[in-house]
Amino acid sequence: MPDATGLELIAHDLRATVGEQAVRDTVFFRARGTVEIDPASVVAVLARLRERGYTFLCSVHGVDYYPQEPRLGVHYELLDMGRVDRVTVKLRVPTDAPEVDSVTPNRPAGGGSSDDDDDGSGQTLAGWPTANHQEREVYDMFGVVFRGHPDLRRILMPEDYEGHPQRRDFPIGGEPVAFTYNDTPSLRPPL
Amino acid sequence: MSASEEPALSDYRRQEQSITLAPVEEQIRSEVSGASDEASHELLTLNIGPHHPATHGVLRLLVTLQGEVVRDIKPIIGYVHTGIEKTAEDKSYWKAIPVVERMDYLSYFFNAMAYCGAVETLLDVEVPARAQYLRVIHLELNRIMSHLVWLGTSALDLGAISMFWYCFREREAILDLFEFSTGQRMHTRYIQVGGVAEDIPRGFTEKLRKFTDAMPSRADQYGDLLNKNEIVLQRLRGTCPLEAEKLLALGVTGPLLRAAGNPWDLRKAAPYSSYDHFDFKIPVGTVGDNYDRFAVRLAEIYESTKIIEQALDGLPEGPYITTDRKVALPPRHELATSMEALIHHFKLVTEGFRVPPGEIYYPIESPRGELGCFVRSDGSSKPARVHMRDPSFVNLQATAPMAEGAYIADLIATLAMLDPILGGIDR
Repeated sequence: MPDATGLELIAHDLRATVGEQAVRDTVFFRARGTVEIDPASVVAVLARLRERGYTFLCSVHGVDYYPQEPRLGVHYELLDMGRVDRVTVKLRVPTDAPEVDSVTPNRPAGGGSSDDDDDGSGQTLAGWPTANHQEREVYDMFGVVFRGHPDLRRILMPEDYEGHPQRRDFPIGGEPVAFTYNDTPSLRPPL
Repeated sequence: MSASEEPALSDYRRQEQSITLAPVEEQIRSEVSGASDEASHELLTLNIGPHHPATHGVLRLLVTLQGEVVRDIKPIIGYVHTGIEKTAEDKSYWKAIPVVERMDYLSYFFNAMAYCGAVETLLDVEVPARAQYLRVIHLELNRIMSHLVWLGTSALDLGAISMFWYCFREREAILDLFEFSTGQRMHTRYIQVGGVAEDIPRGFTEKLRKFTDAMPSRADQYGDLLNKNEIVLQRLRGTCPLEAEKLLALGVTGPLLRAAGNPWDLRKAAPYSSYDHFDFKIPVGTVGDNYDRFAVRLAEIYESTKIIEQALDGLPEGPYITTDRKVALPPRHELATSMEALIHHFKLVTEGFRVPPGEIYYPIESPRGELGCFVRSDGSSKPARVHMRDPSFVNLQATAPMAEGAYIADLIATLAMLDPILGGIDR
């Protein structure tokens, strides 16, 4: 884990390389460092952190900060396997414009034999193929739209589902269950 | 019948018809037109699952085949999505443990450990040494149990039905041990915030020793049965390898990554729950094919047995749960004599404990890789957000890169070696 000084050094480096407005805040809590960043610079910040050794993206997950504004948060858990060091990158977007740049490469890496994915997406690095399903989950559950994601569809909920169930103002329960039994009156026993 | 006369579809039918194959069909068309030189390049889309024994749950795969060769795989998940993360937000911290345990239903101790570890970090609670050792014993038993289910069902996928019975015989012994120490065979709710629910009962140590004495020789037998089986070797050796760099880019951890030669294991790299007290090795593979994946998991069974034996030998005396009355229930006998204990008990059972505001990501090494639990607290007695970074969910993305260009029979073997647990994927 970076200590508090190390976290400030990371933030300073990000301000110097990505831009002064890129880092909004740093939080050091329970020996874990979190960098809160400007949503517009997420691709650049993650690329810079990868250069600093944080080459493994463990997890991408969403948080709803209701009733605070901006409400929706996306967290990126980065890991440096060499130094066994973790850092969290966090950004916040409002619900009326929940858009973030995707860090998934346009062509999922690993399978395809061709590596010609510099088709004007502007991403110099290969991106993070692991973010594919996880960004889809954040989209599904919170409605955060990842610009440039190759296949942004719902992943866990049905495709025609309305609403984003992990938001804090989405009610728990009370949802009709879609069984054919409920739809077909002739199946029901007479009262 | 004209379009206007079509009967109104029920909600269920409309949902069923909402799943469209259009993107896959379009890709097939483009691929066919790209390789239009021969008629034999015809592509076939095959639907595997959701109910299929080889998918180890309700996983649905849209597989594009060219003859026998897999060209593309699209996993479709969500069939057992039960909204556990949402449910956990509606429960106080200690009442969320049982629902969190039900995510990955083969590694319930790990789910509870990741969640409780995250809450303990938020609370800054010290876990007594005995509780940490008891946790390790149960976690490693759970790891063996999970690997046994994987081995039995995977061998079944390859046509070796007797392995299934042998593995489930040993699994049954482990479930009996769980029942002995925790009262439940599955979803035990044994790991609590601050420690474990109860000390191990009298006679548990002897029973566990009997098991750890027998387990290595049983694992030897499994190895002998499979390692010298021509069919198993032909199905596993050299099929669907993927190198470590691609696995890392895809976020794959656990035995799949170790099979490719990267010895990343959180128990060694960032020890939690006193794993640094034990002497064990991390089995790694060399080429990362299906055989290595099999061999790494089989070797892990021996290492887990070693850890359990060491934990039993060095089991420290002392409390099995933290003495912080604000977090852990007071002992039962104090309720009759101490007013303070009664108040604490009442507060904990009705409202639960409050957790200072903050966010934490707590990763542990589950049988399938890095299981990370993210908990956000807003200062109340209910978590504001619980998220599980489930290794099965992330590892599933590696199916397509692994199996593309392989035969469909190898896809089934790869899926077995991937060891996805759909309860964990869908949550």
